[in-house]
Amino acid sequence: MSDTGHSIEEIKKHVRVYMFVFASLAVLTVVTVVVGYLELPFAPALIVALLIATVKAGLVAAYFMHLVSEEQIVRWLVWLSLGLLLAMFLILSVYYVDQGGTEIFGF
Amino acid sequence: MQIPFTVAPRPDTGVNNAKLGVWLFLASEVMLFGGLFSAYIFLRIGAPEWPGMVGGHAYERASDILNVPLATLNTMVLIGSSVTMVMSWASLAMQRFDRYRLYMGATIALGFVFLVVKAFEYGEKFSHGYLPAENNFLAIYFVLTGLHGLHVIGGILVNMYFMWPGARMWKTDPKRFTNRIEIAGLYWHFVDLVWIFLFPTIYLL
Repeated sequence: MSDTGHSIEEIKKHVRVYMFVFASLAVLTVVTVVVGYLELPFAPALIVALLIATVKAGLVAAYFMHLVSEEQIVRWLVWLSLGLLLAMFLILSVYYVDQGGTEIFGF
Repeated sequence: MQIPFTVAPRPDTGVNNAKLGVWLFLASEVMLFGGLFSAYIFLRIGAPEWPGMVGGHAYERASDILNVPLATLNTMVLIGSSVTMVMSWASLAMQRFDRYRLYMGATIALGFVFLVVKAFEYGEKFSHGYLPAENNFLAIYFVLTGLHGLHVIGGILVNMYFMWPGARMWKTDPKRFTNRIEIAGLYWHFVDLVWIFLFPTIYLL
């Protein structure tokens, strides 16, 4: 066992996963740029960009930040912060539309 | 006074205090960047044209003003630095301090490469007189990428501390030092994560 509570073999397995994640992130970055050059209209371009970015961010958070094997309390903290962020965004959206904003959200 | 639970997990949370503290800090960072990101989205959808008038020309796409190849390079640099950061932790976990030094050095170097590329980008804008006061697009571009750049500088300083003076702890308390590198990594990966969202939404849309 190493000092971190993981066996050396376990860490070696982690390293293989890190390399796979690295390759996936590089490929997804290229995909992001290619999609960018397609010059899609704003709404679909935004959705595709955020979708790819979310997958990339998920890979970084799950494997590099070890969320996949992290304690429940940390995972709850992450979900809480994302929930609060979404709540803030929705409140601002309602306010924005209320102020005679735009029909971008379809309401 | 001894700070409790710096290495051993706290029985009630299941994680050590240092890790929980950094995660709490990152949760607040989500709100900081998320708030600014929301501001960007509302400024953008409320604007009749985006990026709009810059330097007397009407632009239709951000990629006509911003340097996409340089930003793509920077994205790869930051992703690469995340890998070297996690490898520096893995090296310590495998008792390979020599490799830790190598990977941490690479992480710091890649951080500097990111900043140098960013400086070229900013310099290009400044030379054309494109400053934050020009319009909403440039204001939000400089605020978001500037704040992110400050986070990169902060991360480099922390990593440099652990590369040199802070590395002495490896001899006295290797387990605690390995924990420190893991949580310094959490911050560094978060900085990478923010860029993953900034790059496509600011440069490519």
